[in-house]
Amino acid sequence: MPLLEAITGKRLWRGLHVPEHKDETAHLAIRRMPFPPLLVVPLSQHNGAPAVPIVREGQEIVRGEPIAKAGGFVSVPMHAPATGRVQRIALAPSAKGELTEAIYIVPYESASQEVLYGMPQDIEKMTPEEIVLAVQETGVVGLGGAAFPTHVKLKVPAGRTIDTVVVNGCECEPYLTADHRVMLEQPAEVLHGARVAMRALGAQHTVIGVEDNKMDAVAALKQANGNATDITVEAVPTKYPQGAEKMLVKVLLNREIPSAGLPAEVGLAVFNVATLAQIGDLLPSRRGLIERVVTIAGPGVTKPGNYLVALGTPLRWALQQAGCTANVTSVILGGPMMGTATGSLDVPLTKGVTGILVLTDEDAGPIHPCIKCAACVEACPMQLNPSRLGLLARKERYEEMAAEFHLMDCFECGCCSYVCPSNIPLVQYFRVAKQMNRERKARA
Amino acid sequence: MTPATVLAVRTSPHAHAPRSVEKIMANVVFALLPICVYAVWLFGISALALLIVTTAAALATEQMFCRAGDKRSSIGDFSAVITGLLLGLTLPPALPLWMGGLGAFIAIGPGKMVFGGLGFNVFNPALVGRAFLQAAFPVAITTYTPAKALDRFTEFIPSTLAWPFMKAAPITEWMVKVKVDGFTGATPLMLQKFDHVTTDPWSMFLGERAGSAGETAPLLILLGGLYLIIRGMMSWRVPLAMLLSSVVLAQAFHMSDPARYPGALFVLFSGGLMLGAMFMATDPVGSPVTSRGMWIYGILMGTLTVAIRFLGGLAEGVMYAILLGNALSPLIENVTQPKTYGERRKAVAK
Repeated sequence: MPLLEAITGKRLWRGLHVPEHKDETAHLAIRRMPFPPLLVVPLSQHNGAPAVPIVREGQEIVRGEPIAKAGGFVSVPMHAPATGRVQRIALAPSAKGELTEAIYIVPYESASQEVLYGMPQDIEKMTPEEIVLAVQETGVVGLGGAAFPTHVKLKVPAGRTIDTVVVNGCECEPYLTADHRVMLEQPAEVLHGARVAMRALGAQHTVIGVEDNKMDAVAALKQANGNATDITVEAVPTKYPQGAEKMLVKVLLNREIPSAGLPAEVGLAVFNVATLAQIGDLLPSRRGLIERVVTIAGPGVTKPGNYLVALGTPLRWALQQAGCTANVTSVILGGPMMGTATGSLDVPLTKGVTGILVLTDEDAGPIHPCIKCAACVEACPMQLNPSRLGLLARKERYEEMAAEFHLMDCFECGCCSYVCPSNIPLVQYFRVAKQMNRERKARA
Repeated sequence: MTPATVLAVRTSPHAHAPRSVEKIMANVVFALLPICVYAVWLFGISALALLIVTTAAALATEQMFCRAGDKRSSIGDFSAVITGLLLGLTLPPALPLWMGGLGAFIAIGPGKMVFGGLGFNVFNPALVGRAFLQAAFPVAITTYTPAKALDRFTEFIPSTLAWPFMKAAPITEWMVKVKVDGFTGATPLMLQKFDHVTTDPWSMFLGERAGSAGETAPLLILLGGLYLIIRGMMSWRVPLAMLLSSVVLAQAFHMSDPARYPGALFVLFSGGLMLGAMFMATDPVGSPVTSRGMWIYGILMGTLTVAIRFLGGLAEGVMYAILLGNALSPLIENVTQPKTYGERRKAVAK
């Protein structure tokens, strides 16, 4: 039977087995990180319009109090991560390199830092529209890294119906174990968040997909769920990039999200487990998102672990707390496959940061020409032809890449670059090509 | 402490699989070495000298072209070593050394470096070199000597040391001297095709027959290929498709006229089919990258091999089958582009 299951069972056909490196942090319970002497809360920690400050310089604020309001529907408010004083509202560095506006907060050392701000609300009596607005008030965005405002996904697009909520507990990026710990330590909140999503979307069913390297999390969720039938928990064979929503819905439900389309087109809405855990935790008491679990790991860290970090904590402080070795070469926000390298440690941690990866490795080997070994073609989860796309990119034939070879479907999972024996930076070629196409389209 | 040094900002992914071009090529060389050793065991120092000359000439040619083109030397990627060894293995052991060297020059120069070096060549370089030799020296390249000749470790076959463009010493006297009974200077394929004498497949499986230096050891070739496939260094689809299609087609011919056409096992173990399918058809540079394309490419080459052997004027067809496969590879790849995830149908009728 196991053989038959291995052949016919639910699994990701393409993709890769990447060394997981999760053992060093997976068993470590979530610990709270002390507040830094200065918090930097950017107004744009999410996709969409930046938030608009509603505090003045010098104003005293209480932990959990709104300090910025949403700048539109596709935007979320910000809440004070600590009780203290607004030092100034000014530009701050971001991981992408550009300066963005942020609220600088000096936490009071003597304050209890208890969250006093909030008010119980009865979700059972709320309409779907009220739930969407209430979720927007919490400031929750996709905590799996996308940082797209969650309430937008809770609103059913016109003319669509959502039958199933898919909960993403794959955490397929190496090193990261933050979602794993959340599922272990807050399974009830995850389930509650999923039920809120079902209510808002009018969905009847929820599937939670967890990779089978986290069977303890599967057990914790199943136990918390008891005999309820509206939510099912499924273990899927571990493979990168199963945590990409397109891959997960294909594996769990055998539905393909159409090119350039949304999950709603096939009746689905997909949420990360940590996102739902925050909604399940914050919504009943009408609080805002002020902290998140971040995995700090990698060969350059002396005290790796999962830390509950106040949003706006500068990277430098977080790495001081976790400890670094002397030979650090690069610091990555997120996982090794899709994370962003940062050039500055003054960058603050924001809602979308799943982990801090501290690397000590050397430069990659020399770049050779493509030998057409087809490893990238076999690895590409979108079934693209990265080999051909790479050759076209070298010739700057960007329009042909999009028109003939589905360039715009690439979600930059990194599988092709990872396997390429010639060390060709394929993903970077595709990023440039996509950007060039977007700019050409904007000019036209 | 916090890192004091300047942080490196690279783009994702920040991890890489251990496989590299150098490692793949080095593994192919490892897989070829047992075949080379066995070739030397069967054919003696003439085969050894031929392999050394083709490999050295291949490396020298690559180095020369890199110099001339002001490019960083690429001999460190081992691909020229593979071309040199493969060329040597596909040549008759008695071939004059200077022809082997010239073949290697043609293989690497016009066959590979002119296109831009590794990854850009259209045809398998070793086969380009061999095709050139076949056209230029049709007699020398079809002069085969027996395996396990006497004194093969102490004496060169006379033709080996022929001077360039000079008439080689006749090897008939040498043949008499080494006392191989009943040897006609023909490979099993030639015997079968022109004299209708079928060699026992089992003796061919052991490789103790006349032939090119490296094509007579199917077992070692198979093991080398399996090693590369298991290590993930080589496509399994191409050799499987090529061998399977040639076996099936040969068996069909055999069943239609057993007297005229030999059976599947004979086809499998004779000539260069095994070596070609495992080490030359699988050269990724000349193969399509799509999985459906690899099947079509392999089946095409298997079919062509049998068609040339059975219906054409030549005894052996593997070389031209692979070269034709190489030529069609880009076309095959174009028509076998995979259907992508979530692909929308073009031109939705409304």
